[in-house]
Parts: sequence; structure tokens; C-alpha cells
Amino acid sequence: MPKDHGIGASPTRREDVRFLTGRGKYTDDIALHGQTYAVFARSQVANGVIKSIDTSEAEAMPGVLAVFTGEDFVDVGGNPAGWQINSRDGQPMKEPKRPVLAHGKVRHVGDAYAAVIAETEEQARDAAEAIVAEIDEEPAVVDMGKALADGAPLVHDEIGTNQCFDWGWIEDNRAATDEAIKNAPHVTTLELVNNRLVPNAMEPRASTADYDPGTGEYTLYTTSQNPHLTRLLISAFVLGIPENKLKVVAPDVGGGFGSKIYHYGEEALVLAAAKKIGRPVRWTASRSESFLTDAHGRDHVTKIELACEKDGTFIAFRTETMANVGAYLSNFSTATPTFLHGTLMAGNYAVPNVYVNVKAVFTNTAPVDAYRGAGRPEATYSLERVIDMAARELGIDPLEIRRKNFVQPDQFPFTSAAGLEYDTGNYGALVDKLEEMIDRDGFEARRKASEKNGKLRGLGVNTYIEACGIAPSNLVGVLGSRVGLYDAATVRVNATGNIAVMVGAHSHGQGHETAFPQVVADMLGIDENSVEIVHGDTSKIPFGMGTYGSRSLAVCGSAVVRATEKVINKGKKIAAHMLEASEADIEFTDGQFSVAGTDKSVGFGEVALKAYIPHDFPLEDLEPGLEETAFYDPANFTYPAGAYACEVEVDPETGKVTVCSFAAADDFGNVINPMIVEGQVHGGLAQGIGQALIEGTVYDENGQLLSGTYMDYAMPRADDFPMFKVDHSCQTPCTHNPLGVKGCGEAGAIGSPPAIVNGVIDALQRGGIDVTHIDMPLSPGRVWQAINGAQ
Amino acid sequence: MTSVTMTVNGKSVSGEVEGRTLLVDFLREGQGLTGTHVGCDTSQCGACVVHVDGEPVKACSIFAAEADGAEVTTIEGMANPDGSLGTIQQAFQDHHGLQCGFCTPGMVMSAAALLQENPKPSEAEIRDYLEGNICRCTGYHNIVKAIMAASGQDVSAVAAE
Repeated sequence: MPKDHGIGASPTRREDVRFLTGRGKYTDDIALHGQTYAVFARSQVANGVIKSIDTSEAEAMPGVLAVFTGEDFVDVGGNPAGWQINSRDGQPMKEPKRPVLAHGKVRHVGDAYAAVIAETEEQARDAAEAIVAEIDEEPAVVDMGKALADGAPLVHDEIGTNQCFDWGWIEDNRAATDEAIKNAPHVTTLELVNNRLVPNAMEPRASTADYDPGTGEYTLYTTSQNPHLTRLLISAFVLGIPENKLKVVAPDVGGGFGSKIYHYGEEALVLAAAKKIGRPVRWTASRSESFLTDAHGRDHVTKIELACEKDGTFIAFRTETMANVGAYLSNFSTATPTFLHGTLMAGNYAVPNVYVNVKAVFTNTAPVDAYRGAGRPEATYSLERVIDMAARELGIDPLEIRRKNFVQPDQFPFTSAAGLEYDTGNYGALVDKLEEMIDRDGFEARRKASEKNGKLRGLGVNTYIEACGIAPSNLVGVLGSRVGLYDAATVRVNATGNIAVMVGAHSHGQGHETAFPQVVADMLGIDENSVEIVHGDTSKIPFGMGTYGSRSLAVCGSAVVRATEKVINKGKKIAAHMLEASEADIEFTDGQFSVAGTDKSVGFGEVALKAYIPHDFPLEDLEPGLEETAFYDPANFTYPAGAYACEVEVDPETGKVTVCSFAAADDFGNVINPMIVEGQVHGGLAQGIGQALIEGTVYDENGQLLSGTYMDYAMPRADDFPMFKVDHSCQTPCTHNPLGVKGCGEAGAIGSPPAIVNGVIDALQRGGIDVTHIDMPLSPGRVWQAINGAQ
Repeated sequence: MTSVTMTVNGKSVSGEVEGRTLLVDFLREGQGLTGTHVGCDTSQCGACVVHVDGEPVKACSIFAAEADGAEVTTIEGMANPDGSLGTIQQAFQDHHGLQCGFCTPGMVMSAAALLQENPKPSEAEIRDYLEGNICRCTGYHNIVKAIMAASGQDVSAVAAE
């Protein structure tokens, strides 16, 4: 029987009521008295020298209150990269300044060089169009290979190169890996592109700032996945506003997928503007601005080699990757292609040799940063494509070659050749479960049925592992992170026994308001409806690092557990006093504090009330109140894993690919709310299948974004997918966090692209068409060309 | 400026609008009905779907002045008279048909229009009908399921339970 409450149950989401009745409060829904509107003037060229900006006409237009240019921000700081990467030669990465508004040069289409504040949005827009900017267009670099060639135009003249870093992982393993590949009986080599994506959270970015001259306090309402991180960046690096004078509120946020982790210049602009004009300033991106300026994702070009024995035993993986970072370093842009990618390059496999080389490249395009999965989809795609290709070359079943090389259950904890210590897992069990889900025996009959209809049917499989719950601060500190990656929670028990839990994680679709109370209520033996979650407001919550990297439950959830444990311990002290017993004799079960071996007990509610009416407390030993805070810093990453399969049909006449079925068997460790977990997987699958089949970001050679609206960028629609089959019954609980959870947010997006591409290649091969690889997205045009090129 | 009067969720409202004011802006900024969302600028995403005289309309694609005299229903008007969730809203909650909630108002309004037109749509018909509504969170699985359930169909056999 499914549980009906607490950990493991699937109560419907309490946050849904406000969203379903139109009462959600997103940033653009917040109207402040006297608010004004900001509109940005943005570069229409990808690379240009700003000769002059004439704002006089704009300033004289109706309703205009202020106009800003890059000149106004030369004395403030820049938006920094959060992770320092050192090149193979030991030199630190190149780190050009990223200003609030472009100054001197514009570096990508959409780079903002001025902003207008006016009484209405229309007036601001009209005035922004009246700004006269003389910008000398220079040749742009868009292609990474060309950007690294001698004599290429430079994105940042002052660093003298377009290469941000040249990173090796693990450099000490390079020679051994080279040697292993040289001597291997079989080597499969594949060059592939991990296509650039636009995250496209449905709520565009928005920021509204307010300044109170009476107190000197600023408030910023903004679309953020991590309001404290945003506050820290603005305070410590950009504007220098004291942290205790800046409140950052991320209210309801309409999806993030990574793109709302980062601090963006618009946030600093509205804060500065609000102070200057003494009124609230609001900015909301149009979708077109989102396409041009949100941090994009992926964009790797990789050569991967797999060396193996003739029987398919893996000997080595070696990769060379160019990773696009765009025109400026976004906050996590340097960590994504390195420590979130290279460290996963052993996959689920007990392969002895791995070497990864990544060159990060500046181009005249929007910044690129972490997008759902962040580095791990790129690693998984490279590995699982080359493994499939090797299996085909060697005549080995694609699932069998993987099984043969898996880290076995008795090998955990297992240190991979890429340097991570996987704590637990059972990859063979996941493949068993997958085979149960997909009726593999029936495939041939389904293939024949497709053939009768003129379609080619293929079966694509792959496995994945990811590192989530980012991250142990002591480890990431050694590796170059400039922040700690703990999280925090405060459990406040009110006098009447209900509870507010203030968390550092931020929910923008993940259902924290429902899932976190399940944990607290389970621990305290109370009704989960008496537990309320508070998130998103730096003036209310403890300093947390926010939500990304499938970390909320594994890291912040662990902080919730620790804080709740502290509440129970404090409750025991109060109960001991009330029951005139020794604290050591107090036990807590099912919401009752009792004296061991007696029938004396008090309920949680009575203890809570007593905590706030401490008439007879021995105050030197027992403080009033029942409120505890915990910071939790994980000991290791968590390692979700899975096995995925799909069946696709290819129409050889048109090249159109149809996904007939998709099955995902995941190991997320323990599961708090299965309904939410399944929903997270569905969403991840849709983003991964979207990447594999239809989504692609296209810049022309001049750096113009050709896929800049929903008419040009193919967003997945409902009719692009079948119903998904998902399973999370294979559970190897995480060994180092108190809930045994691993994280589920990114899995679907990580695990699904290779399954789709493997499936299409399988369909073509079974149809007698000798195509071994097609780069994503596998749009009808590309598939048709591949088919016709091969025949 | 032009004067417009329309009935929104059963209540008569009026306002002064510019010729270029879109219905969605009149609802959001003029009436404070911020449940209708703006997710794009090319009338693709469907987050702003409302009903105008009973027909689903993307409120970013018509001017407020064009809705003069019309009956408009927004997401705020979809609950039962006692404030409880309407059938479609309840099905979305029961089947986890929403995550971040941003596309949800448009999805519910489109679903309501679909069920008026086709009271027992098949899975394929639902997917086809939602062509003009983009969701980035759910992969549509639970949205389709919720709409089937709202139409009284048994969804217990739908995959991934």
C-alpha cells in the first residue's frame, strides 16, 4: 500500500492552489507604489567598438526619468566567475571583466549598453529607441575552432586570446591513457557536437528594485534560484551595497533550469536606478531579450576515443573538448565544462584509464553556463554514443557491453578513473528493471509492423551516472570554487505547535512547499499540514546557496533534518523538566516525549507551548523558545544513476523521427514524494528529447541569433512526446546524507539524449542505411540528409 | 485614449486604454488580474490564454479595445462559486499537471475550451489541441493525464503510475 502521509507518500502539492487560481506571485506580478520602468538599449552587432552614445534626445522624451550608460558603472565592480580553473600549465584562467553595462565594446548581440527609466514601459521603450549609439562593427568570432585560430578577432582585446583555459583531467593520467589507447586491440573514435540550447523557463527574467532613503535599505525582487547568492554577488563584487542593507526576494519563479542561478547586469541596473530616482524600478524581459541574454547551455564540440578489448572490455576513454563560454564568464560557466563534466567521464564503468581535455573558448555569443544537468549531459552523451558505436563495431549487444563494464555492487565505495568516489549503486539492477519495462522480446514484431507502414524502427538504450547534491565545500574549495556549497534551514516551532521552516533552497517548480513538510512531519510525528515552508527572501531565511544541481533535498533537506533533530533534542530537555526526569531518560516517538520504562509522557504540542511560557524554567540550564538552525555541508556528492530506453520510428521519406515509447529506470536512493519525483523525470526527459530531436541555437557567422523566438527555436510541444514510463524502485540509498536521497531534477535531461540518438542510428542500421552518427538535433532535414548521403 | 467596458469574470469593468494596449496588459496592469501570464512576444506560448465570449484567445494577440463589450473569463474566474477548485483545476492538482505554475493558467483555459468542444478527447486529440501552449516543466505527461481525468476518463492505466 502506498503511504498516505510522511516520507514516501504523494500528497498533492499545496502550492498548486495558488497557481491554479491565478494567485501565484511572480516578480512581474508585484506592483509597487510609484513604480517606474526600465528598458535596455542592446547591441545589434556581435562585436563592435562603442564610439559614442548620445542620450540627449532620449532624455528629453516624455516620461523619461533617467538614462544610464556603461560610463555610469566604470567605478563599480564586475560580475565575477564563481570558480577558478587553472590550465594544464598551471596558469589561472583568463577572466575579463563583465560590467553592468557594456563600456568601450559590445561583445554579443543583445549586450546592453544603455538603459532608460521612464514613467511607463512604452515611454521607456520609445526613448531607448531614440538613443543614438555609434558602434563600429568589427568581425565577430562565433565558431570555436575559428576563435582559437591564429589571427582570429578577439572577444576581449585585453587578454590577447580567445582561450579562457586549457584544462586537463586528470593530468597525471594523461600518459597512461595515451599509452593504453596506443596499444589497445580496438579503438572507436567519434566526433560529436553537444548542441547549444536556450533554457527557456516559461517566465522571462524580471527584476524590480526599491530603495528606501529613510533607512538606506534596498529591496530587489528578482527571478532567482538562489537569492542569497545573488545578494552576495551584488554586495561583495558588483555594487558594494552592504549585505545587511540589501534584501533579495525571489518570489514565485516560473522555472529556472539553471538560467536563473546567475546574477545578471539588469539586477544591478534597477538597484542603482531605484536609488538615483528615488522610486521603484521594474524591468521584465521580453522573450526576445531572454533568447539574447539568458545564459545558454551545452555547446561542446568533442572528440572521444574508447579503447577496448575485442570482447568489449573497456580500457580507456580519452576526450578533447572545446566548450563555448560565450562573450563573458557567467557565474558557473567555468565549473560546468570542467568539474561537472570531466569528473563524470568514467560513467558507470570500472574503466582503468580516463583523460579529459577541455579548452574553454570566448566567442561573440551570449554567455553559456549550467543548464539542467550542466556538464553531466555532455559527459553522458559522449560516453554513451561512443559505447554504442563500439558495441556495433564489435557485434556486441548494447546492453551487454555496458553490463560487462559496470562497477559491480560489491565494488562500492568505488573511486572512478575520473577521480570521484561513488558511494553506492547497482547498475545491473537498473538494466534488469529497464528490460522488464520495455518488452524487448516484442521489439522485432513492432519493428516489422513499422516496416509495413514504411517506417524504420529502432531501439536506443543507454545508462548514466551523475554527481548531484553539489557539493562538499572542502572538496570544491580545493578545486577552485570561490563559494561554499552547503545549505541551511531554520525550524521554528510556534507556541501553538505549528511550524515554520525557513530554507535556503528555492522552489521554482520542484514542490518544496509540499515535500519538505513531509520530512519534518515524519520526524516529529505531527500532521504535515501544520508545517509551512518559507523560502526565497533573504530577510527571512538563513544563508543558503539555493537550488540547482539536483541539490535541494540532498543538501537543504539534510539541513532540515539536522535542524529538526536539534528541535527534538531541545524538546527532550523541556520534557525532562516537565516530567521531572533526567534528560537521558527521555525518548521521543510518534510525537510523544516519554520517560523510558514509565507511562509518563508529554506531547510535542505541550512541549512547544511550554517552551514559550517558561514560568518555571531553570533559566541557567534551559533557554526558552523552540527554534533551531542547522547548516549542512555534504561529505560527498550523491550519485543517481539510471538506464533508459526508447523506441523511435524514422520516416525515410521525410527524415522525421517519432518517439514511440520512452522508459526510464532511475536510482535516486530514497524517495520522499514519488509523485513529484516522477514529474521531475518527465520534465527532464522532455528537455533531453527536445535537445536530441528539435532544439538548436543557431548563430550566423556574424553572430546574429537566427533562432531568437518561438517561431525559430523549436520548443517541444505536447505532440512531440508519448506517455513516459518511469520507475524509481531500484534504490541504493545515499550512504552519507541523513535521508539517503540522491536527487532527481536533472536525471531525465542527462539520460535521454543518447538513448534517442542511439535509437535513430539503430533504426537506420536495421533499415540497411549505413549511418553511424548524426549530430543533434536530429531534425527531419538532418536525418533526411544523412539517409540520402548514405545511399 | 479610448474607453473600454467589458465583463471580466462576471463583473463589469471599464478603463481608459491606448490604441496599442493589449488585452493581456489591460487585464494584468489595469485590473490586477495577474494570473494571466506573458511568456513570449510572438503569440506562441499560450500562457495568456483567456476566454472571450466563450472562445479561447491569446490575450497578447488582441487589443483591449477589440474586447470592448465582450465577456472575458480568466483563470481567476475558473474556481467554483464557493472558492473550491473547478473540475479541471482539481484534476491538474490531483495528477501533478503543473510544476512552476507559469504556463498553468493558459493550460487550464485551453483545456476548458477543448472540453467544451470535445467532452471526451483522446490522448492524441489533447496533445494536438495543446499545440499553442508551451510547458517547459512537466513534459506534458501529467497535463494530458489531468485533462483526460477532468473529462471523466479513467487514467489509472496511463503509464508511469
